[in-house]
Amino acid sequence: MGDPETSPSPSAGAFGNAPLEAVFLRAGADLDGFRAAARRLAGRNVPPERVLWSIGEAPGLFGAAVEVEATQSPLSLPRGVAEMVGSVVPHRDHERYALLYELIWRILHGERRLLEVSSDPLVHRLERMRKAIGRDLHKMHAFLRFRRVEGEDPERFVAWFEPDHHILAAAAPFFVGRFRGLEWTILTPEASVHWDRTTLTFGPPGRREDAPTHDGFEAGWRDYYESTFNPARTNLTAMRAEMPKKYWRNMPETAAIPGLVRQAAARTGAMIEREPQMPVKRNPARAVAAMADQGPDSLEALNAIIKRSEPLVPGATQAVLGEGPVGATIAFVGEQPGDQEDRQGRPFVGPAGQLLSRAMDEAGIARGEAYLTNAVKHFKFEERGKRRIHQKPTAGEVSHYRWWLERELDFVAPKLVVALGATAVLALTGKAIPITRARGPAAFEKPYSGFITVHPSYLLRLPDEAKAEAYAAFVADLRRVHELGRSLQG
Amino acid sequence: MDETLAKKLRILADAAKYDASCSSSGAPKRTAGKGELGSTTGAGICHAYTPDGRCISLLKILLTNYCLFDCAYCVNRRSSNVQRAKFSVEEVVTLTVEFYKRNYIEGLFLSSGIIKSPDHTMELMTRVAKSLRRDHGFRGYIHLKSIPEASPWLIEEAGLYADRLSINVELPTEASLERLAPEKDGAVIQKAIAQIGERIVEAKAEKRRFSPAGQSTQVIVGADATTDEALIRKSALLYGSYNLKRVYYSAFSPIPDGSTILPLKSPPLQREHRLYQGDWLLRYYGFTPDDVADATEDGMLSLDIDPKLAWALKHRARFPLDVNVADREMLLRVPGLGARAVDKIIRARRHTRLRLDDVARLTSALKRARPFLITADYHPAGGLTDRLDLRARLADPPKQLSLF
Repeated sequence: MGDPETSPSPSAGAFGNAPLEAVFLRAGADLDGFRAAARRLAGRNVPPERVLWSIGEAPGLFGAAVEVEATQSPLSLPRGVAEMVGSVVPHRDHERYALLYELIWRILHGERRLLEVSSDPLVHRLERMRKAIGRDLHKMHAFLRFRRVEGEDPERFVAWFEPDHHILAAAAPFFVGRFRGLEWTILTPEASVHWDRTTLTFGPPGRREDAPTHDGFEAGWRDYYESTFNPARTNLTAMRAEMPKKYWRNMPETAAIPGLVRQAAARTGAMIEREPQMPVKRNPARAVAAMADQGPDSLEALNAIIKRSEPLVPGATQAVLGEGPVGATIAFVGEQPGDQEDRQGRPFVGPAGQLLSRAMDEAGIARGEAYLTNAVKHFKFEERGKRRIHQKPTAGEVSHYRWWLERELDFVAPKLVVALGATAVLALTGKAIPITRARGPAAFEKPYSGFITVHPSYLLRLPDEAKAEAYAAFVADLRRVHELGRSLQG
Repeated sequence: MDETLAKKLRILADAAKYDASCSSSGAPKRTAGKGELGSTTGAGICHAYTPDGRCISLLKILLTNYCLFDCAYCVNRRSSNVQRAKFSVEEVVTLTVEFYKRNYIEGLFLSSGIIKSPDHTMELMTRVAKSLRRDHGFRGYIHLKSIPEASPWLIEEAGLYADRLSINVELPTEASLERLAPEKDGAVIQKAIAQIGERIVEAKAEKRRFSPAGQSTQVIVGADATTDEALIRKSALLYGSYNLKRVYYSAFSPIPDGSTILPLKSPPLQREHRLYQGDWLLRYYGFTPDDVADATEDGMLSLDIDPKLAWALKHRARFPLDVNVADREMLLRVPGLGARAVDKIIRARRHTRLRLDDVARLTSALKRARPFLITADYHPAGGLTDRLDLRARLADPPKQLSLF
């Protein structure tokens, strides 16, 4: 269909010396036809006033011989022109092709930036046509109503719609993108289109009778339409501007409009005039008072919520809760569970956890008497082969989990909280602080004292020659923690 | 659809309609994958208009209109005698999916009265969103009205499934809240708005999904004595400090079974309209809150002229402007020239000298713009810009907007 025929028209004499060129294009939106014709005409330097555009008529009507030419190479046009052509071609105005060719002609003849001059009468008119197409498409996307074909399984939907312009092909992709998983047909007076969940097929014109006459959810939809209307704000002009009457006959809910409008003034007047009434039901004072006690009232209740929650980043097997006695003097906050913790559901049981236990032991802190937990409750990892490689939580993930950590520490109420590593510091203070500089006692602006040291996994990553010294420093930190804890306890 | 469900729908749609926002805009564009349902378009779609001229884009309903709060302006306050109902999570999911399949709606806007506790209510609402996304492959728009009194982690979970979260400021001053909404606390509301704002910014930076269409709010206009100037300043703060996408202004509307402490009257629709115009000046026209305040009289925007015209009439010395040379910032201050018209003027004048006819093709409000403009062939002769009766000539003819 893409190759229209151009031929010298027999009526050429009436328009001056040069013969008229007749171009025959398909009915509807013949973009390929127009593009080929424009290339050919511009390539032969035919001015717009010498072209006669015919739509939907057989060339035989003019009885002229068909001149077959090799396809011309594409025209070199500024950005935006192709888009303008594509959007205006579906317009029902018979002059559309003539106007577009005039645009192309002027652009090729000294007015290369013509499209930027919106004040030019031609550009202005084309922009308005483009806007009309945009609006027609938008209204079709908005106002088309599907009805389910009764008794069919899997379900199938059919809609009847009457667009103003030749836009069915341009409108269809929207419905595919939205209703990809459904089977549906759209019927219009000009053509139809069917989607079978994999392929889009255009077909012959449809008829209103080919669509179902009712749908089980239409009454409910109309109920909704009536109930969401506020009679105190009635504004028919605004409604008609956005939803012109021509669309109403294919929209089931619009049948409610006359009744709604008729009763609006009376309904509003009645509301305003009505004396305020005393409440008929008793004041639910106890329920209102009880409302203040929402949320977890114990560590177990909080843990139940955490356990139920899903990981912010998918993948983890389970949430890893804190461990240790409520009322512990010292609480340790790590980063997030690792591979072993995720499998066992307990904090600090992997290699870093074992190292921490050893160091605590050497520093004189009984692990069973301390409270151990993590800033982030779910393991985040990247899969490499069979291994799950730990990934550091982002700042956003840390803040997502910090509500729980805060509440958790409220319940445990330790005297001293030890932040193991930068993530724990971030979770406890909201600030990113370099560990090397902040190491030692710290003020977290919380009801407990603070202490900052490295995370034991840091020690595991060090080269062997540096390990011993770093481990000793870590144990030294924990000794200070132990002393601080004892002094705070007293 | 069975009658019990239809009845609940009538009650809970009626109970939800006083919330002004219904937009389905701002979500990143997405389409349904294989076997999925739904898409978002960016700008949003209005699927119908009711005779109040307002758009129906989303299925806007309450999960329940039972409520423990007693806000005087609200139809659902606990002391109101309206009929009550409660949807199950599954019922809301079914209605959303079935309405969506018929192309009635863009998605769901779910709000709720507070039952049992804010946490309990918030959990139920999140379950609806989660079920739509998980069990039904629903890719359409979801807007959840968050409950600021709910625990912070619940608000954050909601953001994982919703396109937009909103928390209503409702009344812009602490004193009004205390008088009209005794269970609400301005500080709690502000904190929750800030929390959502922070999460949105973080998620965007980390390329995670969290309320991608941002956050909006609503203030009620005309239920208390707050001036337009105060409302605009509040909005500027919300846009500036909390990164809100939209502030909706909702003219206080008569409700069935009004409260004794808040007499009902016709909604101040024209005032609401002017506030939206003032709001647009803030967001798209480079006006500062001081500029908008400058367009008011005793803190109130004029009802008969738009705020941009009011500002221009007060600053006549800065006009007329030559459309062929004036910079964008000043052209945006010309009454009757929209931001799009200004952009077209700037583009076109690179190639041509604009005449009055040209400008007429670029704006639909030339009458208002003319006294403030100079074109290649036109000058507001005789000091049209300085005429004392200019305001009267440009003002809207008086009309009754509230009821027909």
